[in-house]
Amino acid sequence: MRIKRIWIMFKARNWEFFRDRASFGWNFLFPFLLVAGFGILFGGKEPTAYKIGVFPQPTNGVAVASLELPDAFKKTRFLQFVGFASQTEAMQKLRHHKVDIVIRTGPPPYHYWINDSAPNGHLVEKIFQASLAGQVDSSLVQRGRIHSAEIRYIDWLFPGILAMNMMFSALWGVGYIVVRYRKNGALRRLKATPLTAFEYLSAQMLSRLFLLMFTLVVVWFGCDLVFHFHVEGSLGNIFLLFFLGSLSLTSMGLVLAARGTSEEFTTGTLNFISWPMMFLSEVWFSLEGAPEWIKHVAQAFPLTHLLTGIRRIMNDGAGLVDVLPEITVLLLMTGTFLGLGASLFSWDR
Amino acid sequence: MAPILAVNNLTKTYGRLVAVNDVSFAIQAGSCFGLLGPNGAGKTTTLEVIENILPPTSGDILYKGHPRAATFKNEVGIQFQQTSLLAMLTVWETLQVFKALYEHTENLDNLVKQCQLQEFKHQRHENLSGGQRQRFLLALALVNRPQLLFLDEPSTGLDPQARRNLWDIVNAIKASGKTIILTTHYMEEAQHLCDEVAIMDHGRIIARGAPEAMIRKHCEGVTVVLPRRSFRQPLETLPLNLQEINGAVHIQTSNIDDCLKQLLSCQVDLSDMSVHSPNLEHVFLNLTGRQLRD
Repeated sequence: MRIKRIWIMFKARNWEFFRDRASFGWNFLFPFLLVAGFGILFGGKEPTAYKIGVFPQPTNGVAVASLELPDAFKKTRFLQFVGFASQTEAMQKLRHHKVDIVIRTGPPPYHYWINDSAPNGHLVEKIFQASLAGQVDSSLVQRGRIHSAEIRYIDWLFPGILAMNMMFSALWGVGYIVVRYRKNGALRRLKATPLTAFEYLSAQMLSRLFLLMFTLVVVWFGCDLVFHFHVEGSLGNIFLLFFLGSLSLTSMGLVLAARGTSEEFTTGTLNFISWPMMFLSEVWFSLEGAPEWIKHVAQAFPLTHLLTGIRRIMNDGAGLVDVLPEITVLLLMTGTFLGLGASLFSWDR
Repeated sequence: MAPILAVNNLTKTYGRLVAVNDVSFAIQAGSCFGLLGPNGAGKTTTLEVIENILPPTSGDILYKGHPRAATFKNEVGIQFQQTSLLAMLTVWETLQVFKALYEHTENLDNLVKQCQLQEFKHQRHENLSGGQRQRFLLALALVNRPQLLFLDEPSTGLDPQARRNLWDIVNAIKASGKTIILTTHYMEEAQHLCDEVAIMDHGRIIARGAPEAMIRKHCEGVTVVLPRRSFRQPLETLPLNLQEINGAVHIQTSNIDDCLKQLLSCQVDLSDMSVHSPNLEHVFLNLTGRQLRD
């Protein structure tokens, strides 16, 4: 392996990217427009029904009829019940305004908690109290309160948009470009030189990593100037996780780039992978109330682990140790994709 | 002296299609060897197997007396018949990229001068004209100071002036002592550049030798060409060695006086007659009954 060869291929790919002005500009404009659009549309507020967190429950999806709660409350319209296994988990969601109230299910006395800084919580509390009238002794109700600032939808959405942009850029910028080069014979020309497949792929990967991180930093700070994002954890940890995520997504792109000379087929494959990943990795919305099997499918995508880790740092103030599972999965996925991509790679087929 | 390259019983198949069929030849260092043949004869496949771009189905390829080692790519230069390069780069940047891929390299300024690229070196390579692009691809093939240079149809698609220009450059490269293997379907190019040619047809080498010697061996005298309409009678009734190709009648003769007398006696209209010295095209014609560009 020669670093000189990797370096020149890295530079050549970067020259190509920066000189393709339309593509270059779009990489910055696209995420900014999305963030701005959602910022304007939702004004930083999440438009959802009232969410009632209940625990202990084995799954997020709950059979409302079987809950040990007042019937009048269970029958109230526009309430969505979400189950949590433990109080800790439920309280975390309350702290982040993901649910409006948390209620421990079971026989009275009912114990519930609301977030003082969430207006919806006070409204749901009134509904809950009203549903108790005439059924149980209201003195058997225990009330708890917490206080934490709301996470705006835009704070939750922003890392998703950045990660989605990263995913598209990694998959198309590596997968599609390499297939195009294979089809038009540019890879064949390189095959005739001492450049090895490992050197070529490393250069492609490093170049894309550099471009992804460069774009990320510019878009992050550009959007932050406008929307003033609230970051609980360390910005350094966020960028580290973004780096690991881009490593994993770029490696995934290398698997797609390993074979094939048909741009149409590659486009189809890229869409087949990227669209489910975009919808199931919680880019746009939380899978809180989704069926369990969908959540299991989502675990197969690197984007899911990237976003889980980043949101935990950004919204929950988690440290690197807290997101070690996500880091481990991303690294394992990177290793698997790299191994697969390198073993399948062909210069001309 | 041992040849710089020896190809022994090379065969390349794609399923049932035999693209190269038991081909053998050897090339001396410092010579220019041409593979001549029509499109689809197997020239490019032969070249790409030798270049190590394609694996052979069977046969041996020896470079300097040994199987090609990992260093082979460092010592050869390749100009593909059709190729693309990394997009958005200038001529100079592309040369820099390729230079960085090799250990021993040519001075780029010299290379640009040698291939007459001075005026275009800061242009994007996508914007070069046909002749400029071929000279640029030649420069890329020379960037590593190769001992052995492969040129696959280097002048295809060029106008006559650009082709002559390219030949001058190739002749200069040849004069510098490099060994060249080129494929072409232009017999004039092969005659002009090559010390030795092998004529291929249907994957096989059907004749091999120095161009002049091959012409002497396979052709005699001159070729008289007449349009078919000049003949009133069926051609097989004429006592001449003739072939009809694409509406023209080719008559080979070692005695033009006798040939003309016979044509006149048969009342053939000679007003559109032309007379040609034999060339490799005629060699191919005599060997296969077809023209190179049929």
